[in-house]
Amino acid sequence: MRKVLQPLLLVLLLALIPYVGVTYGKLDYLFGIIIPYTALTILVLGMLWRLIDWSRRPVPFPIPTTCGQEKSLDWVKTNPLESPSNPFMAAMRMLSEVFFFRSLFRNTKAELHGGPNLAYGSHKWLWLGGLAFHWSLLIIVLRHARFFFMTTPAPIEMIETFDRFLDVTVPAFFITDAIVLAAITFLVLRRLSDEKMRLLSLSTDYFPLFLIGGIALAGISMRYVTKVNIMPVKSLGMTLASFGFGAPEPIGALFYVHLFLVCVLLAYIPFSKLLHMGGIFMSPTRNLPNDSRARHHKNPWNPDIKFRSYAEYEDEFREKMKKADIPVDKQ
Amino acid sequence: MSKYAPKTEELKKEFEEKKPRLLKGKFDGTDWWDIPVEFRDGNWCFAAKPEVLEDLHFPNPRKWAATDKDWQLPANWEKTIRDGMKDRLKRFRSFKVFMDSCVRCGACADKCHFFLGTGDPKNMPVMRAELVRSIYRQDVNAFARVLTKFSGSRKLTPEVIKEWHMYFNQCTECRRCSVFCPMGIDTAEITMMARELLNLIGVNNNWILAPVANCNRTGNHLGIEPHTFKQNIMSLVDDIEDVTGVRVNPTFNRKGAEILFITPSGDVFGDPGVYTMMGYLLLFHHIGLDYTISTYASEGGNFGTFTSNETMKKLNAKMYHEAKRLGVKWILGGECGHMWRVVHQYMSTMNGPADFLQEPVSPITGTKFTNAKATKMVHIAEFTADLIKHNKLKLDPKRNDHLRTTFHDSCNVARGMGMFEEPRYILNKVCNTFHEMPENTIREQTFCCGSGSGLNAEEFMDIRMRGGFPRANAVAHVKEKHKVDSLVTICAIDRASLTPLMRYWNPGVSVYGLHELVGNALIMEGEKKRTEDLREDDMVGFEEDDDE
Repeated sequence: MRKVLQPLLLVLLLALIPYVGVTYGKLDYLFGIIIPYTALTILVLGMLWRLIDWSRRPVPFPIPTTCGQEKSLDWVKTNPLESPSNPFMAAMRMLSEVFFFRSLFRNTKAELHGGPNLAYGSHKWLWLGGLAFHWSLLIIVLRHARFFFMTTPAPIEMIETFDRFLDVTVPAFFITDAIVLAAITFLVLRRLSDEKMRLLSLSTDYFPLFLIGGIALAGISMRYVTKVNIMPVKSLGMTLASFGFGAPEPIGALFYVHLFLVCVLLAYIPFSKLLHMGGIFMSPTRNLPNDSRARHHKNPWNPDIKFRSYAEYEDEFREKMKKADIPVDKQ
Repeated sequence: MSKYAPKTEELKKEFEEKKPRLLKGKFDGTDWWDIPVEFRDGNWCFAAKPEVLEDLHFPNPRKWAATDKDWQLPANWEKTIRDGMKDRLKRFRSFKVFMDSCVRCGACADKCHFFLGTGDPKNMPVMRAELVRSIYRQDVNAFARVLTKFSGSRKLTPEVIKEWHMYFNQCTECRRCSVFCPMGIDTAEITMMARELLNLIGVNNNWILAPVANCNRTGNHLGIEPHTFKQNIMSLVDDIEDVTGVRVNPTFNRKGAEILFITPSGDVFGDPGVYTMMGYLLLFHHIGLDYTISTYASEGGNFGTFTSNETMKKLNAKMYHEAKRLGVKWILGGECGHMWRVVHQYMSTMNGPADFLQEPVSPITGTKFTNAKATKMVHIAEFTADLIKHNKLKLDPKRNDHLRTTFHDSCNVARGMGMFEEPRYILNKVCNTFHEMPENTIREQTFCCGSGSGLNAEEFMDIRMRGGFPRANAVAHVKEKHKVDSLVTICAIDRASLTPLMRYWNPGVSVYGLHELVGNALIMEGEKKRTEDLREDDMVGFEEDDDE
């Protein structure tokens, strides 16, 4: 339980910092201006450094995991997505991973039955939960763009309208708010309910889930419960979007809890497993075409290796070879 | 049965007792890094003999065993591992990205045949990678050094090395987990890195390094010298004549041949691989192929792959070197798993470009193998499928009516090459009864034989029989449902390792190479009346007195 409680306490502690800071220390400027810029700088520089660092390291060998028939004889039906024969299809494969978690869609669950027999059932819950989690996060982030523009851009307006289709509350209820909370709950319970998952999960697996959960809860409370005054929030958003340094108007501690946790998340990304958002694009098993016999792939550090040449081999075995009527180069 | 494995009934009982759970033992409240590593009979391979290491100029030659308390690691071994890791992280983006981007979603956990068979939590692919990742974190992340338990990082100790040795030799680099990984993390890649690192400090496996040393000197893993190599193939030629009445005439090291044929040496020396070799020889004779076999490049397989990058390159170099010396146009490769991982994904990069060869064209059908135009090496299944498609082979599939077959996709050919259809096409043309195993156990989801990547050692039998259980269990399924009795493969290690696996789990099922069945079915010009298959087993419907 230590693995679960520690990160939970950590998130609570982190939430408390801005609450105390703003309520008792009047540190609105620190939490509204300084920390957000700092976090953003860490995120941008950190991710940039990561991406450059990854791309600087060579891919010596083309090692796609081939999950379908390669392109071979003309009459053999190929699987262009799972065994892409050109860079375009490899890109399609990569995008299908990024947007639809294609590999995870294959997921099965193995069980040991009497006999003994192994059975593999289709098991798409992780795929569904993961997809719901990531997509609703993306939509939520995009929705927030309205705080950073004078007039909300049309595409953002569209996403919002779509997200609001269950127009039953005032203010209108965003379906993604519910989905993201449900998905986080599922992802946490999933780690707790299975003994394999309990063993392989680290505190750093729970921490981001709790952190994002905390952000979502604070956000949802502001919108539906405490009904935060939107005007000063928007004006702070505009200040940040124009890289201004004007002091924010009073907004309330809950907002700063929300914002501070977001800042922690942003700054945490480049140094944690959340790097997977960039790593997925770099994965040589998914982003390369399966054309390694058709096209020469170069290894920039290909070592010069001395191997045992035929001449050395013949020198050792010449007499035996001659006796066995195997042709030799030197008599 | 091997003294290194429990009796089948005992293992069955173990599974019955823990079902439906996969994990063996209770781990609640335990952190994985506190679970001790235990070497016992059947779960570790003998260490390479000092003379083998000296032969290869590998570090730290000494006599030792995994059960020793002191492994006699060299002075400064920690630094060697750390520097070696840094160096590999720099040279392989894959290694770095795979260290950085795992989210421990657990999708891979129950995909590994070793986990399914042993129930050992550290055989979950994610855990296997964490064994290295926990050390990696110490080196790259200042927070991780302080918050060790929180971040899952730990110090490099001799216990960690023991653990690496245990679990990176309980991975056959089969890549099944990487099929399911949403990040595309390939444990095979991590295992390759870990084994390279272990070799730097002399922690190794004799069943891998002895073949490497042999291959370096004699050209093949089994250490067969040229005259014996030829002699053995010629005795297969005699056997072919006994069965078919036809005398085939392979040539050796012949300059000017059109094609160089390379296959794993297991096909020349091992039972049942030799029957596959007989199939090749019959096929080449049938179509009048202008080919030669080399005693120098007499190994298709490459145990260097399981050792280090450099060793893999060194052993593989002989193929092109010999093709150039003999002046052939292109290379034809026999049935093998990891050989094709190397040929398909590594060879041209390591030892190419092979500009001295020509783009492969089938001399019989004129088909251009454009998918091999850079490497200039064609898989025998591609070659034969093309022949059959063009009606160039006279086949009588009834001659395999005594076999009820299923097909085992070899890991490397499946997930490191992507060849699924050609062998099935051939199999359907040379036999009348073929049944697929369940869909989660074939094609890209195929299960390893449990003995790949150099783990085919006798003393490793316990883990091999456990690791092979998912494969064997899928065979049992078609055995019961369709009375399947013949497991057809296109891999030399499979032929060697599935045989004891079937004996252990599914007695009555025999293992065949695809081209052995081709050889059975081929109607040779001038053949005698054939009543026996290449194993000299009676065919059904071709009995001696069956003449009309």
